[in-house]
Amino acid sequence: MTNEAKKQIIDVGDGAAIPRKSDLGLFTAWRIAFFGAIGGLGYLAYSKPDPYFNILKFVPDGILVTFQVTLGAICLAIVLGLITGLGRISKNRIFNGLASLYVEIIRGIPLLVQIFYIYYALGRVVKVPAILSAIIAMAVCYGAYMGEVVRAGIESIAKGQTEAALSLGMNGRQTMLHVILPQAVKVILPPVGNEFIALLKDSSLVSIIAVADLLRRGREFASESFTYFETYTVIALVYLIITLFFSKIIGVLEERVSVNK
Amino acid sequence: MSTNKRKMVEATEIVKIYGSFKALDRVSFDVFDGEKVVIIGPSGSGKSTLLRSINRLEVIDRGRILVDGIDINDQKTDITKIREEVGMVFQSFNLFPHKTVLENLTLAQVVVRKRSRQEAEERAMALLERVGLAEKAKAYPGKLSGGQQQRVAIARSLAMDPKMLLFDEPTSALDPEMIGEVLDVMKGVAREGMTMAVVTHEMGFAREVADRVIFMDAGRIVEEGTPEHFFTAPTHDRAKLFLSQIL
Repeated sequence: MTNEAKKQIIDVGDGAAIPRKSDLGLFTAWRIAFFGAIGGLGYLAYSKPDPYFNILKFVPDGILVTFQVTLGAICLAIVLGLITGLGRISKNRIFNGLASLYVEIIRGIPLLVQIFYIYYALGRVVKVPAILSAIIAMAVCYGAYMGEVVRAGIESIAKGQTEAALSLGMNGRQTMLHVILPQAVKVILPPVGNEFIALLKDSSLVSIIAVADLLRRGREFASESFTYFETYTVIALVYLIITLFFSKIIGVLEERVSVNK
Repeated sequence: MSTNKRKMVEATEIVKIYGSFKALDRVSFDVFDGEKVVIIGPSGSGKSTLLRSINRLEVIDRGRILVDGIDINDQKTDITKIREEVGMVFQSFNLFPHKTVLENLTLAQVVVRKRSRQEAEERAMALLERVGLAEKAKAYPGKLSGGQQQRVAIARSLAMDPKMLLFDEPTSALDPEMIGEVLDVMKGVAREGMTMAVVTHEMGFAREVADRVIFMDAGRIVEEGTPEHFFTAPTHDRAKLFLSQIL
């Protein structure tokens, strides 16, 4: 009868599988994929420098842009998600209604369409760089999903916690800030990690609005050199390495958090 | 009896309905300043609902509750001001698991009472000393036994220096060997003159501490009186039956 929170798993989105603690041993799927991808890339670059090494030299600028878009969008999406999540559980009808409307609309429109739409809609009002418009589009989309994660995280905290805080004279805001959110963060972190990886992959969609991300750089190289197969092989392997790398980091972070409990 | 004293709680004809179930059916009762009232009764009789309506964790559907003379269900009433003065101890302790024992005691003092950190910590340590857990100040609640957690929860309520404490079955979630330590702390609090309303199944505690015992059944108060009266000569059949089952 201790008030240890039950382990909650919230699964939203399609992030790459974060390695589980049980995946020990030398030949885990993660290790095979990660080191296989690095080895394969290295082998290709060494054995056939033209075009593989040339491709590898050409794309790093794009990796940087992909990171910029991903990091910018995830930070903005977390803020949006927090506001939306709080709105979804708010007793204020207007706040709640707006948050729910936002989630419903965003979830009903494909991300690719949203990126186009925001790019051209923003373009009619203000002149913003394509990369900023890409970050906003990704954040608006992921903010809605993040809102659901935040809502589920908050709702997973036992009602007794709220009651205890209220009984001590705290108001709703103080209760949320000092008691509920700090506990919800631990529940929210794993699905946010998933969202981060999903966003990293989805960021390749922004290449269609003239953002020079990893995929876009690949397309540029390919269309000049006509080495489509070779270029997209490299692009796919680079995405794979990045995604696997971050999923490992998030897995480690997650474990840290659950140990600290 | 303390009938000449100020009324801390004055509940008149309160009704609470869940769907079609009447949890409280026109209940009236008072708690006087400094009085210890023990509420007993079978489960589902409405005793917890009654207790929880005093600090408005449950909002009543009809009737009126005055706490320290203030109508708690009035639109203009700031309920947080009432709750500052009316502490509550829960069956499931409800300590904040992400905060240390000390932080559990200081949080509301700092956030609500606006005390300085140092002042709050001094008050907290004094109370932890009193419940015999000063050495656990830096521990997290998860590392404590149930009895220890409940003693911390009582100290947490006391840290706000409330005018009254509500206890909602404080020992029901405890292993038998830990009930005594929690009851001892509660008896200490009672001796110091705290106004208390206690929902419990601990008849020994009721006999020893209560100024008045209230017996509830099916959302109503069916018997009310001093412990001697209640335990030796109950008048109502339902109370007699309950006593024969529980004693």
